[in-house]
Amino acid sequence: MNEQQQTLWQFMSGQSDKLFSQTLQHVGLTFISLTLAIAVGLPLGILIARKRKLSGMVLGVAGILQTIPSIALLGFMIPVLGIGAKPAIVALLIYALLPIIRNTYTGIIGIDLHVKEAARAMGMSKSQVLLKVELPLAMPVILAGIRTATVINVGVATLASFIAAGGLGEFIFGGISLNNTNMILGGAIPAALLAIVLDALLSLVQKMDVRKLRKALYIFPVVILALGAFYALPSAYGSTLTAGFTPEFMGRQDGDLGLKSTYGLKIHTIVISDAVMYKAAYAKELDVISGYSTDGRLKAFDLRILKDDKNIFPPYFAAPIVRNEALKQFPELEKTLNLLSGKITDSVMTDLNYRTDYLHQQPEQVAKDFLISKGLYKTSKNGNRGTVRIGSKIFGEQYILAEIYSMLIKGYTDYNVSTKTGLGGTKICFDALVNNQIDFYPEYTGTGLLVLLQPDPIIAKEMARDKEKTYRYVSAEFEKRFKIKWLKPIGFNNSYALMMRRKQSTALNVNTITDLKNYLDKN
Amino acid sequence: MIELKEISKKFGNTQAVKQVSFNVASGETLVLLGTSGCGKTTTLKMINRLIEPDAGQILINGKNVTDQDPDVLRKGIGYVMQNIGLFPHYTIAENIALIPDMLKWDKAKTKSHTKALIEKLHLPESTLAMYPHELSGGQQQRVGLARALIADPPVLLMDEPFGALDNLTRTSIQKEFKALEELRRKTIVMVTHDVLEAFELADRICLLDKGEVVQIGTPKELLFQPINDIAKNFLAGQRLVLEFKVVNIQDIWCYLPEEINYEGKSETAGLSIWEAMESLRKKDGDELFVSDASNTVKSVNFGQLTTAFNQYRNAQQHE
Repeated sequence: MNEQQQTLWQFMSGQSDKLFSQTLQHVGLTFISLTLAIAVGLPLGILIARKRKLSGMVLGVAGILQTIPSIALLGFMIPVLGIGAKPAIVALLIYALLPIIRNTYTGIIGIDLHVKEAARAMGMSKSQVLLKVELPLAMPVILAGIRTATVINVGVATLASFIAAGGLGEFIFGGISLNNTNMILGGAIPAALLAIVLDALLSLVQKMDVRKLRKALYIFPVVILALGAFYALPSAYGSTLTAGFTPEFMGRQDGDLGLKSTYGLKIHTIVISDAVMYKAAYAKELDVISGYSTDGRLKAFDLRILKDDKNIFPPYFAAPIVRNEALKQFPELEKTLNLLSGKITDSVMTDLNYRTDYLHQQPEQVAKDFLISKGLYKTSKNGNRGTVRIGSKIFGEQYILAEIYSMLIKGYTDYNVSTKTGLGGTKICFDALVNNQIDFYPEYTGTGLLVLLQPDPIIAKEMARDKEKTYRYVSAEFEKRFKIKWLKPIGFNNSYALMMRRKQSTALNVNTITDLKNYLDKN
Repeated sequence: MIELKEISKKFGNTQAVKQVSFNVASGETLVLLGTSGCGKTTTLKMINRLIEPDAGQILINGKNVTDQDPDVLRKGIGYVMQNIGLFPHYTIAENIALIPDMLKWDKAKTKSHTKALIEKLHLPESTLAMYPHELSGGQQQRVGLARALIADPPVLLMDEPFGALDNLTRTSIQKEFKALEELRRKTIVMVTHDVLEAFELADRICLLDKGEVVQIGTPKELLFQPINDIAKNFLAGQRLVLEFKVVNIQDIWCYLPEEINYEGKSETAGLSIWEAMESLRKKDGDELFVSDASNTVKSVNFGQLTTAFNQYRNAQQHE
């Protein structure tokens, strides 16, 4: 435990520059959006307090916006606002709106009617009543709304890293992808502290008595604006092309680190979520992205893989990994899962992914069509001799594989199946397996090697050249360390790949990563 | 000074006020009296346009109120209400200074006016720095009055101004109210459901029922010449007390014993029967000396007083 804390401290001090800039970005994002949310929400709240008929509609719409999952909202924004700060700020603004509008509204309508009547009877104009009576008296309630909005924003701003807007989410989600607890904590602890500190500060403002509050009202906007200014909009592009890499890719030897050390690639890079990266490349927000070689969106968005001519991306052959105990408990399981072995090639997998990601077919349907075409499909036996728990990570390919395995197990054995799909990342999936929450999930040899085993770099590099060696190494190590068995590979290799829009790659005559480096050096 | 011409107001399907007309002379206090829901508060609020009438005209000093900017109009009309409506986030001084600030008075002028006014209203100067919730109900009502009076508006509208106070406080504030120089000069329209209060404070009373005027007249007229059963019944419960308060020695002068020669201290004939009785009760002797305008003096005891009063009353009813 002591060692763990020390390494966390080491991580944080080692990354202090990044941590500092991410924290500033985080505060900046929170407060820019908060400022805008106040600028929109306060007048709206005042409006619906005046015209009560509108209140149901406005609060309803704000409430609905609030329920949109944040990552989906960010996704909707990309076609309109691109990636980076703008869509992040708009998304945060939307989440902050409801508490501000609602509290302004309830604050104002909650004021003693006689006070308002007295104000009018003394000849105060409507704006005087608003500024001298309604707003000051509603202020504690309005501030409570702003406080809620601030805490919400600190939380949601971690997701801004998905669309290249920076913030502490870079560490958190990078850490989850890379199975790096220190990195997760390095982002999560400052984010939590930020929320606590801001909440405490705002509660102080809220508790001030009305008289002091009147003075504080002038200071408050200044402070919010100043904090908002922390967020320098993403700096000017350092190179002619822009790359968007996932947080996971950023931290990996077989990712950005390898691109730098092996190829000497220098490109302006922003961190972005896998969920929106392809769309951003297609929308010309990004030029180079770190995709997966079997991703269906490759086909959908007409992207082209740049050849890895110096072999930095190790093979990522997919295979189910199963707990040894589960194999004992379900004797038929191994045989059944191996039915799929060698059946799915790269192009088949890309096509299956294309159907779900782009044609929006259901994974069940795609899985069933595939099994029928291979003559493997059997109707479910509705067995009840125990339940096999299948896990999957949170992307399309894994959903399809989980469905295929589910159908195979139901069709060929008397076991029942429960699926736990959409587990956040490698770490979450693997922890679920180790802790007996699931029985197996499809994993990739490269991930097993570099993320889960993390051997020293020399062995890693050595292994990475050869797919057989990698498979043998991870099989042996997993058996030894985790009592987990790698079954036979499914066939396809879903490795990392750099990709560009086909048109651009042709126009610039960039076909390999070395070509890309040379092009960047010249321009 | 204030003139209402056939004012009507409907809320939904309810006719709250129906063709109400009256005049209030300059310096006069008119009390709108009636049960709750009779339209008295609605009528009052139409004068300063807190409520806009559906039909009819309201003139103040001959000028139609609807022709004026309501904010300007209201700055010239003091307004006091039952719930006072002091601003909870302002100190007492700031509450009183609201209208002067809007009128852009000099700070020093506001301060000296405030000081003079609260002294007359028996508020200690220390209250000026306090917030409304730190004051008692009676003190708050005095502040409400000060706020309405500070800019010395010629017209004052009062909506059940003493309604929220306990009986003792109400009686003492009513007395101060009657004695306050500032109020004597003003044209006042006051709403109340309290008959005694109306008789205590009114020059004339306008009795309202179901949105319509039943009778307008002096307290004496309402008591002794009610125009119908509604007017009669409205006062029935407290008739005797009201009569004692309304009738004074001068009214019953001719029914009192012969004049006497007396050089000592005497009460004026303006004393109400009620007050005369109170004096008699407090005095050691059973005789009270009263003198009329021409300085003729009469001596009365309790029996003579009630006899004279009854004679006067009979005469009124047979008139």
